[in-house]
Amino acid sequence: MATLGMLDSANLNGGQKLAVKYFTVAIVLFGAQILFGLLSGLQYLYPDFLYGMLDFSVNRMVHINALVVWLLYGFLGSVYWLLEEESQHEVVGLKLGNLIYWVLTAAVTIVVLVYLFVQIGPGKESSLWLINEGREYIEAPRWADIGIVVSVLVVFFNVAATFSKGRYTGIAGVLVLDMLALFGIYLAGMFYTTNISIDQYWWWWVIHLWVEATWEVMVACIMAYGLMKVLGVSRKIVETWLYIEVALMFGSGILGLGHHYFWIGTPEYWFSIGGFFSALEPIPLVAMVVHAVFDAGARHAKNSNHPAMAWLIAHAFGNFFGAGVWGFMHTLPQINLYTHGTQWSASHGHLAFFGAYATIIIAMFYLGIQRWRGGTWMSGDLPGNGWKWKWALGLLNLGMVGMTVSMLVSGYVQSQIERAIEGSTWMGYFAAQIHPWFVQGMWWREVFGVMFLVGFILLVWDLLTIGKGESRAMQPAVSEN
Amino acid sequence: MATSQWWASESFWRKTAIWVTGGSFVALILLTMDTIPQISTGSKRVPAYSVINYRISYKFDETRHVQVPVIGAKEPLFGKELNEEEAEALVKLGKLTTQSKNCMNCHTLLGNGAYYAPDLTKSWLDQYWGTKEVREVQMLEFIKDPSDKLHNSMGRRMPKLEITDEEARGVVAFLKWMSSIDTNGFPYNFKSIEQES
Repeated sequence: MATLGMLDSANLNGGQKLAVKYFTVAIVLFGAQILFGLLSGLQYLYPDFLYGMLDFSVNRMVHINALVVWLLYGFLGSVYWLLEEESQHEVVGLKLGNLIYWVLTAAVTIVVLVYLFVQIGPGKESSLWLINEGREYIEAPRWADIGIVVSVLVVFFNVAATFSKGRYTGIAGVLVLDMLALFGIYLAGMFYTTNISIDQYWWWWVIHLWVEATWEVMVACIMAYGLMKVLGVSRKIVETWLYIEVALMFGSGILGLGHHYFWIGTPEYWFSIGGFFSALEPIPLVAMVVHAVFDAGARHAKNSNHPAMAWLIAHAFGNFFGAGVWGFMHTLPQINLYTHGTQWSASHGHLAFFGAYATIIIAMFYLGIQRWRGGTWMSGDLPGNGWKWKWALGLLNLGMVGMTVSMLVSGYVQSQIERAIEGSTWMGYFAAQIHPWFVQGMWWREVFGVMFLVGFILLVWDLLTIGKGESRAMQPAVSEN
Repeated sequence: MATSQWWASESFWRKTAIWVTGGSFVALILLTMDTIPQISTGSKRVPAYSVINYRISYKFDETRHVQVPVIGAKEPLFGKELNEEEAEALVKLGKLTTQSKNCMNCHTLLGNGAYYAPDLTKSWLDQYWGTKEVREVQMLEFIKDPSDKLHNSMGRRMPKLEITDEEARGVVAFLKWMSSIDTNGFPYNFKSIEQES
């Protein structure tokens, strides 16, 4: 082991060396996401800002695509991070894994440059192949889709083969099957059809079965690993919980897909199926809060990495409130009729993506930097009392909650004025958008967005400096057996 | 403390997870097999593309208690009746245009997309176009160059997206066809161009 407190790749195993590359790109894209979010938020307040140059549609597309890609990079990084420890075997195709990382990153760079500088094409299929598919969240052009599928298949075989050669744990089993489902589902979004009902039917397979099913199971695996690492919870406990999570998550989430099938032309029986199963979706998220908080409490919160532990707890609560409560609030068709396609969705989307996914990947960043510096002390008594990570945690979470509540207020105005009173016409839409309450919501969203940005800058600063020159080795997690 | 109860055992939950996941997925496949024919083009809920040859209204249905699209007398789009293939080609051009111009990252379609601009689900029927007599011309002009038209008091303007005349006709055809889809009453309480405002 190299010197404590020094950033040295000799501290990392093969998979972890690759993981930190994924994490680095993830952080850069996280920053891009925030930047383009602020730009599009500003356009609500000053519509002429960048008009005709970087229109709202472009900024918003980069904002949500950066989100999807940085979270995927975070997941791939996390998988490579835990792979060798979990399987107790070297990554079988590390060279190939590295190559794929560069291919993917080059593809992402080209896609973003085309988004920014080409933006749109003529109404032909070639535009969808080369420029932009024009379908929210999966705008990436078809050539990139194919590249993404090939790349993730290589990652999948790398992971599956490593586990097969080494130790096949419970986490490994869930992870491998989940990755297969996650990547397989992407195929449902890779075709063109003129029929928009069929189009959105399959589009939702990708979007919903990612974020409300396979991604949730992915983070449950990361949580299981994280709790073992940080708190020293026994494998038997985390794996039993993992199976409970999978049963509840897939049991509610797969048919919960029905809550997207209320208004796209699909038959009325989806009201009952979608309403019922999606209403159950918060249950596994409550279970996760119980699991994480109980295990932390049982060890008197004594752990080897305070920032990571704090972000894991932020994940448990963020997932529950953002995905669970904010989703439940408008999931039944009786209310969704008035909220579908308003700022309600944006409010829910922000808190859910942040609470469920961004938080736990940030926890992995902290586990990563701790090992990269040779396994330094990251419990209490950090220099400056660890003010940077604490302020970053506070500002990011407060900024996000502030944005969420602001957009919810605007959403209330929309569902009341635009939908209920004005009857959903364009004039109704405009009437709601100029209402002072709506506009105030948009202002506060921007203010809290800036707070979020400050939190992000602090986070990056902290990740670059935490543990630097630290001479104490990490506090060992309390082992159970 | 020994946890020997069956409900706390790892193997019980592993099996449960597998069965629940498998069962849910099979149920989803079966439902999908039932739904897809019901939303295929030419079905009751999603009419054939040649519906653009007819008048489309959005009327309150007494039994369902929501508004539903009603297909009325002949009223060909741009005054020219198209056969099924021609209609499909025109709507396809429109759909491809909405995708390649990235409409969905400002507008919502069937309520899905971004929230910076109005929903397009029933935009063919919107009172914004004035009267039915001028609607087609208004829509074409607007789509081709909206940038110099003050369309609301928010100051937001749709940018000029280099849409050709043919593409604009396609978009209007696509919007007219989309307004005929039975969306279970979404958007609610909609006041259409045929109604008194």
